[in-house]
Amino acid sequence: MSDVQLDPRVPAGPIQEKWDQHKFDMKLVAPHNRRRFKVIVVGTGLAGGAAAATLGELGYDVHAFTFHDSPRRAHSIAAQGGINAAKNYKGDGDSIYRLFYDTVKGGDFRAREANVYRLAQVSVDIIDQCVAQGVPFAREYGGLLDNRSFGGSQVSRTFYARGQTGQQLLLGAYQALAQQIGKGAVTTHPRTEMLDVVVKDGRAVGIVTRNLHTGAIESHSAHAVVLATGGYGNVFYLSTNAKACNVTAAWRAHKKGALFANPCFTQIHPTCIPASDDFQSKLTLMSESLRNDGRVWIPEKMDDTRAPADIPEAERDYLLERRYPAFGNLVPRDIASRAIKLEVDAGRGVGPLKNGVYLDFGASVDRLGGDVIRARYDNLFEMYERITDENPYGQPMRIYPAVHYTMGGLWVDYELQTNVPGLFCAGEANFSDHGANRLGASALMQGLSDGYFVLPYTVPNYLAPLLGEAVVPTDDRAFVEAERSVRQQTERFLSIGGTKTVDHFHRELGRIMWDNCGMARSEASLEKAISEIPALEEEFWKDLRVLGSAEDLNQGLEKAGRVADFFELGLLMCKDALHREESCGGHFRLEHQTEEGEARRNDDDFAYAAAWGWTGKGQEPALHKEPLEFEHVHLAQRSYK
Amino acid sequence: MDEEDPVAATQQDLSSAPTPVVNGRTKRRSRWPLEFYRSGIGKKWVMAVSGVMLLGYVLFHMLGNLKVYFGAEDLNHYGEWLRELLVPFFPRTVTLWLLRIGLTAAFFLHIHAAYSLTRMNRRATPERYAGGRDYVAANFASRSMRWTGIIVGLYVLFHLADLTWGTANPGYVRGDTYNNLVNSFERWPVAIIYIVANLALGIHIFHGTWSLFQSLGLNNPRFNEWRTTFARGFAALVTVGNLTFPVSVLAGVIEEEPRVREQVQCETGVAPPDLDCAAFEDVEG
Amino acid sequence: MSKTLNLTLKVWRQARAASPGALEIYDVRDISEDMSFLEMLDILNDRLSGEGKEPIAFEHDCREGICGSCGMMINGQAHGPQRGTATCQLHMRKFADGDTIVVEPWRAAAFPVVKDLVVNRSSLDRIVEAGGYITVSAGAAPEANLTPVPKDASDAAFDAAACIGCGACVAACPNSAGQLFTAAKLMHLNLLPQGQPERWQRAENMVDTMEEYFGSCTNHGECEEACPKSISIDYIALMNKDYIKAKRKNRKLSGQR
Repeated sequence: MSDVQLDPRVPAGPIQEKWDQHKFDMKLVAPHNRRRFKVIVVGTGLAGGAAAATLGELGYDVHAFTFHDSPRRAHSIAAQGGINAAKNYKGDGDSIYRLFYDTVKGGDFRAREANVYRLAQVSVDIIDQCVAQGVPFAREYGGLLDNRSFGGSQVSRTFYARGQTGQQLLLGAYQALAQQIGKGAVTTHPRTEMLDVVVKDGRAVGIVTRNLHTGAIESHSAHAVVLATGGYGNVFYLSTNAKACNVTAAWRAHKKGALFANPCFTQIHPTCIPASDDFQSKLTLMSESLRNDGRVWIPEKMDDTRAPADIPEAERDYLLERRYPAFGNLVPRDIASRAIKLEVDAGRGVGPLKNGVYLDFGASVDRLGGDVIRARYDNLFEMYERITDENPYGQPMRIYPAVHYTMGGLWVDYELQTNVPGLFCAGEANFSDHGANRLGASALMQGLSDGYFVLPYTVPNYLAPLLGEAVVPTDDRAFVEAERSVRQQTERFLSIGGTKTVDHFHRELGRIMWDNCGMARSEASLEKAISEIPALEEEFWKDLRVLGSAEDLNQGLEKAGRVADFFELGLLMCKDALHREESCGGHFRLEHQTEEGEARRNDDDFAYAAAWGWTGKGQEPALHKEPLEFEHVHLAQRSYK
Repeated sequence: MDEEDPVAATQQDLSSAPTPVVNGRTKRRSRWPLEFYRSGIGKKWVMAVSGVMLLGYVLFHMLGNLKVYFGAEDLNHYGEWLRELLVPFFPRTVTLWLLRIGLTAAFFLHIHAAYSLTRMNRRATPERYAGGRDYVAANFASRSMRWTGIIVGLYVLFHLADLTWGTANPGYVRGDTYNNLVNSFERWPVAIIYIVANLALGIHIFHGTWSLFQSLGLNNPRFNEWRTTFARGFAALVTVGNLTFPVSVLAGVIEEEPRVREQVQCETGVAPPDLDCAAFEDVEG
Repeated sequence: MSKTLNLTLKVWRQARAASPGALEIYDVRDISEDMSFLEMLDILNDRLSGEGKEPIAFEHDCREGICGSCGMMINGQAHGPQRGTATCQLHMRKFADGDTIVVEPWRAAAFPVVKDLVVNRSSLDRIVEAGGYITVSAGAAPEANLTPVPKDASDAAFDAAACIGCGACVAACPNSAGQLFTAAKLMHLNLLPQGQPERWQRAENMVDTMEEYFGSCTNHGECEEACPKSISIDYIALMNKDYIKAKRKNRKLSGQR
């Protein structure tokens, strides 16, 4: 594995010109030849859906795979808050450069500058594209687009569609994809889960899938494979991710040679509804936008049992405003989450389980009037009431941080290609643009940037030299072997015949991860997890019970495969977290903090992306470092005070 | 309905979950009215337009018949006026016949559209809920349209046989609208059939009147909230108006007028031999 | 803490598309009021697995009421008794101790059962593929603020665009009509300035495709009540209007669609 080439292939030249110059330098495929190239896109969220639609529109023979029943159900749909773009419509000093700067800084200096600059650059095109597609962004009475500010930024650059921005953007991408499907340019494979990448002579040449309705294991060959399969937050069991979100596609690619970068960078979102009991199946996010008008506080006194309204102003601790006067309630997510956790850990939480803090709209209602607050957040307030049976117009919300996003993912170069030629990775599944912490409203931007504006240029650059080459036939040994191993794993799950359900193991794994590799990590906790995970995994393979057959819809079987991969990933996350002797962004090591409890980065030793190579089951993973250079955004300790 | 197997015919999609075809392709190209009528929305449009014609008919039918309260001569005169509509532009009864043809066409189109929409709906709903349904918005009127429609349709045939053709009315005299009506409603069973049919009609036109706004796409925030009120008022007006007739006859408010009958018989030349028609000769001036 | 409930569930079990199904009875005990309906099913499934019985298959994903995966007929109402709420957001506090709850899959010819409570809703995708888009290739879009959109139009479009594609409207309709879904998808685009060039073609194609799979609208209004996003049947009227116009316009004004 030491021969892995870790070349980010960042083009030369001034940062402002890199992408334009590179677009010119990349090879092209003439329109009449495009149909001769087959491209597989796995995942139909913002990144995958947009990439499949655009590549189909360009004329490539695109095959889009999703395990959902429709491309429109990908988890991008649940994003609430908004999407950033450097349009500067508000005239408050925004620019491409400022968006780039904020994103690198917000990522705590662990992202690749050139990628982030490109992201900021195409952000403006994304808005144009989406508006033209009919995405109903919020508008002012004059008919022009409205913006709001979002956590971690001092300008209003966030475009939004009520509290359903992700849904509306995904529907835009889905509609574009549907058009191509209707025209026959894209073939969809719904209810089809990718279970392996096929690599031949060092190149990705196809995938192996399982049809979730019939259980059929099938091979699909192609000239290039794009993975846009989302993040792996569900390794913690409880997260704001959809229940089916998983790491399987990326992980199986990893086991076929693709490097997995910065797995320990996970984002904990500060504003989620606290868990109500042990049966909780998932956590629900309350949009970050709520922090624009909501104030976070806890009672000053310990064990204050009074109703929140009865606690006078003087006896409330507005903890974020106290700690961070400049940004107040709008500090970035990692900072807010940690501040809240510190207070709850100290026993100062509120609610029946004392596992939350208040998010109070009282002051905003007084200042702006109830109607304004209703217009801004009504759907979120309703959702909160449905879940908790508490009316946030009458009493403050209770919130607590929850796992939300994973910045780590498959290592990719500037062209979003992994170290396996022909294998691309986009959206949350890759590691590229957010460093150690993602700013609010940046995930949608990255997904669409990758899908609409990057892959449609870089995939052809890979394909062009392959003109005339046929795809590898699916009866090739590489496919046959991949199919066999997939089939073996499926049979193995069904034959264990133990006593415990997949969910049991998943919950246990989640507990280990959250307790030891969650919001705060230490050498001791990580060592503990590293010893506990393999033990649990061993039990999994001995005592798992999956009922039913492999020949029809079997949700237990699907979950088993995903949880099996979470074990291996969880272990790697802990190893990555243990090796990174610093605190940065979503990675907080107790050993590395300032006296005030803030994160302390170690730029001398860790200003790199850690890309791990799979060396075999039970073997130590191989670490490859991509040094990060900061020419434009100067390394500095983040301060939001 | 058995000829279509919804799962067997699948579209040309390579997906793992083929889409069942239920109603078959409708996209045959032909002249637009036909093609339009072939679609479900087109049929609903036709139902709404023919419904408006029939609603107009039942309203004016009821209003015209109110003249029964002014006496036999007024009602019969109204009947004669209908026959003389647009004379001399059209010869006598031509306008009435044009209206009748229009209404008959609307009646049959309404029924045909309802029939084929029902078939379409049956194809789309092969299986009922084993645990039953708990309707939230659908009311008795909307769910019973088929049955109230059939009741009204059958009743219309009887009503024609009774009061237009006279075949179901032993004492029928052509032209004597007033006494035909009284004679008919004096029979208890006929009155009851009439009442039941008119209640069905009321229920039918309540939903129909609301529904036609939707089907025609007449939708505007300015009047949307009035649609139900209008439908309720319209249905109530027609139903109450119609129900007064048999009730009044049975209650004796409206009574037979034999003199008028005899006069009509004399004028139309169907007087029985023992009737002395001379007495009526100078009545009409 | 919160109250707990003991319930009797009657759940539709069907092994595969072709096999017959039936309601099976399960008792569930000590269900917390704060649990969601799906979490209650999770608990039942856990228990079934423990007993060596196959768990109940049902679709779910985001559990935040936005992805549209979940959906089942609960006591004869699509998504259960709470208005404007998807099954995953329905909480057990809406039920009373001792209740019997009947749970069935969506039923429509266009939604064949795959297994238990899972149905195939791909017909909805076919409708969107027929015209539910605005043609704009990536990079060809004009500057976003070039076309102001009146806030009212934008809001009306949004109310339609909120559709999550769950299929409850079809399931709730006594005719299995797909009108509310199609109207929402169609009018979202037809109400926006950006959607005008393809407006009449879109109306015709989407409605014609819809009618290949679904029944007709009898204006019951059940769909609006079942819709987890409370989308108004006013959009059905607007769709009818556009379709009626389109049928003429597409013939007459091929240059001015």
